[in-house]
This record gives sequence, structure tokens and C-alpha cells, in this order.
Amino acid sequence: MGFLQFIWDGIWAVLSLGNFALIKILLIANIILITVSYLVYFERKISAWTQNRIGPNRVGWRGALQPFADVFKLLLKEDIVPEKANKPLHTLAPFIALFVAFSTYAVLPIGPAIQIGEETVNLVVADINMGILYVLALTSIGVYAITFAGYSSGSKYSLLGGIRSSAQMISYEVSMGFSIAGVVMMAESLSPIKIVESQSGLLWNALIQPIGFITFVVAAFAETNRLPFDLPEAEPELVGGFHTEYSSMKFAGFFLAEYANMIIASAMIITLYLGGWQIPYIETLNLGTTVTTILQISAFMVKMGALLFFFIWVRWSIPRFRYDQLMSLGWKVMFPLSLLNVVYVAVIIMLFNV
Amino acid sequence: MNIYDIIFYLFAIVTLVSAAFVVSTKNIVHAAFFLIFTFFGVAGLYILLGADFIGVVQILVYVGGILILLLFGVMLTNKITNVEIRSGTTQIVPALIGVGLFAGILVLTMVSTEWKSAPGEIPFTTAYSLGKVLLTDFVLIFELLGILLLIALIGAASIARREKE
Repeated sequence: MGFLQFIWDGIWAVLSLGNFALIKILLIANIILITVSYLVYFERKISAWTQNRIGPNRVGWRGALQPFADVFKLLLKEDIVPEKANKPLHTLAPFIALFVAFSTYAVLPIGPAIQIGEETVNLVVADINMGILYVLALTSIGVYAITFAGYSSGSKYSLLGGIRSSAQMISYEVSMGFSIAGVVMMAESLSPIKIVESQSGLLWNALIQPIGFITFVVAAFAETNRLPFDLPEAEPELVGGFHTEYSSMKFAGFFLAEYANMIIASAMIITLYLGGWQIPYIETLNLGTTVTTILQISAFMVKMGALLFFFIWVRWSIPRFRYDQLMSLGWKVMFPLSLLNVVYVAVIIMLFNV
Repeated sequence: MNIYDIIFYLFAIVTLVSAAFVVSTKNIVHAAFFLIFTFFGVAGLYILLGADFIGVVQILVYVGGILILLLFGVMLTNKITNVEIRSGTTQIVPALIGVGLFAGILVLTMVSTEWKSAPGEIPFTTAYSLGKVLLTDFVLIFELLGILLLIALIGAASIARREKE
């Protein structure tokens, strides 16, 4: 028994390293992968519903196993690399996209701190002070995935898609940063957990600073390259944009990253503007810690589901912008509005001394 | 050699090796790619020293802004993507003298300065005190730098629009 106890202590020491970081990384990565595959399924189902079709219904019950069929199809396809491609960069680009998509989630909390035995466990992989800046920094690295993919493919369509995307993402990163400045001023912290805690009760940032909320959501759509801002891959003009020359699992990498980015954008919107895991005035109901925690985590999931539905809903309802319209919207409307929001938040803080 | 030393040398090696690749590669996009690792290495050193804010801003500004603009310029410039840059060795003697002098001054300063080191704690968060210092003691310099950047921006815009007349 002594030996087994020794092994168990060793395993426990490794697992509990850094506030159970290993377990949390494993959980988060798997949750994102499963959510992404079913997000694709729901995207197809919702688009079918919008267009009065049935959608995938052959694999499994009402097409429920469709995501797995898709993955196996992509895995078994031939991986074609164009002759004129810059091979190392061509291979690297989808990996950058995936790296950014999965590592961003490390700082976004899904629930309040919970007690397991004697340990207090934060429901976030890494509770760092610079959390929000960390997300912004990683998002800006994400631009490289698309830029390198566009450049290295050796194709005109890809290059045009890459150029469009880098211009678009830089432009909208500016208004995104300024919208976040308003939230950071209210919370007086860059840590996501503190930002969530500052929105207790009905002090949700979406209600206090609606302008900032709108500019952030628009910028989030642009950053994730989703319709109405999916110009980097606009298929009627650019064939497939930056991933024209990608096939097989490398294409799947970009596909996966796009949906994972949607999840991250939703989590960011929830954390910054919709009160994170909080349910307003739940503490007045006296439900006990365990029930409250479970309800709060479910509240996060419900908000997440609603936002993901919103993303898909917008995609199938609104037509694509023209490129110059996109740029003038970004610089002449969104950027001044987000600046105005910073001033507005500063005035509110001064008047109410929050 | 404790863990901090190992981490320091790891980041230092990443910075120096990638910097060497930046200047030796012949493809300008590859150079930009290796520059990412140089910036990452420097950001890692900043964070190791407890300057978490500067470390993250380093990535945000240099990797996310400046380098991507450089790549953007390269991709918009006609024909430059396929042209190999000539990176031969010319003017060895003047270069050696110049670099030697500069390195000599650097090493001399490093050796002759009396470095003061005092035991201190790594602060929990630097953003608060940094903001306070910038907006109180150094507010004039801070504002002047902002105006300088604005001038650069307006200048660039006016140069870019001149053809319209």
C-alpha cells in the first residue's frame, strides 16, 4: 500500500501543479474541440433553417454524427501543396492559427473560484494580471497565420486575401483596443477575473457603456473574419481567399481555428460586457455555495450559446460589405465611436465615483 | 545555476539566434518571420524581470503592429516578394573598425560602471504604478511623445494623399 500511496502522491503533486493547470488545459482543449465540431453542425443546421432547407440529416440521428464524418473525410484527403508555394511557411500558417486559437482561452474564466477539499481552484487556466492584454497580443499574432498563408501559397487570390485580412485586422484591432480601454477603466484592472467581479449586480458593461459594447462586437466580428466582414475569403471575388491553396488537414486547421476564434470572441464579449459567469442578485436567493456555483457556470454556458447563435444568425442574414465600405466603417465610424466611449466612461467615473 | 538563470539563457539564445537569422536570410518575408522570435525572446526577458506590462506591450506593438505593417508593405510592393536581396560582404575593414569601436565602448561602459544592486521584490502588478508615474511625474514627456506620433501620422497621411490635387 505504501508504494501505491507514493505513486498517488507523485501523480497528485504533478496534477495540482499551478492550481491544477494540467487538468484544466486538458479539459479546456477538449471542450473547445468538441464545441467546434458541433458548432459546424449547428452552423449548417441554422443556415438550413434560415434558407428553408433540411440541412445534414444522413449521418446518425438527424445528422448528429456529421462532424465526425467531416473530420474523417478531411483527414483522408490528399494534402496538395502548390508547386510555387513557399513550403515551410505554407505548412506553418495553419499551426499558427491553431496555436493562437487554443492558447487564448487560457486567461478567460468560466466560473467563480471553487473549493475542492482544502484547495481553492480558480476556473481559469492562468490567472494573470495582464489577461486582457495577453488576449489582444495573441489576437495580433493571429494575423500572421492569414498573412503567411496568403503570401506563401504562390497564388494571386491567396495574396489578395492575405493583404485584405492584414489591413482589416489591424484597422479593427484599434477600435477593439479602445473599446476595451473603457472596460478596463471601469474595473481598474486588466485581470479578467477582476473585470467580471466588477460587474456584480446589474452593473454589466453592456448596459453602462452601450457604445463600447457595439464597437467591440463589430470589431470582434471583423477579427474573427466572419460575415459581414469575411472579405479575406470572399468566395465570389477571391475563390477562397487566403486558404484557396490549402487542402486536407491543413485546410481543416484553418476551419477549426475560425470556429475556435468564434468561441473566444464570445467568451471575451461575455467577460468584458455581459458580466461573465454572474447572475444578477443571485446571492439574495440564499441557494448555498454549490448550487450557486453550478448555476453561475451554467449561466456562462447559456450566454456563450446565445452569442454563438448570434454569430451564426448574423452570418446567414446580412450580406457582405464591400472592401472600401469595410475600411471606412472601421476608421470613420467605429474608431471615433470607441474614442467617444473612452471619454464617456471617464465622465461617468468622475460623476458617480464608481 | 537556478531556474531563473536557465530561463534567462533560454530567452537570450532564442533572441540572439533568431536575430542572426534575420540578418543572414535572403528572403525578406523569412527575415520578418524570424524577427517575430526575436521580439518574443525580448518580451520573455522583460517578463522574467517582472516587467509584465512592458513584455506584453512589446508583443502587442512590435509583433502585432510594426512587423505586420512591414509585411503588408512587402506584399503590396511590386516584384519585391520574389527578388532575392543581395547580402554579400563589402567594406569589411571600415565595418570592422566601426563595430569594434562600438563594441569596445559598450564593454568598457559595462565593466567600468559601478552597478548598484539592492535586494527587491518583484511587484505583483506594474500597470498601476507605471500609469501613475506616466501621468504625474512624466506627464509632459508623455504628452510630447503623443504629439510627435500624431505629427508622424499626419505627415504620412499627407504624403500618401498628395497625388490627388
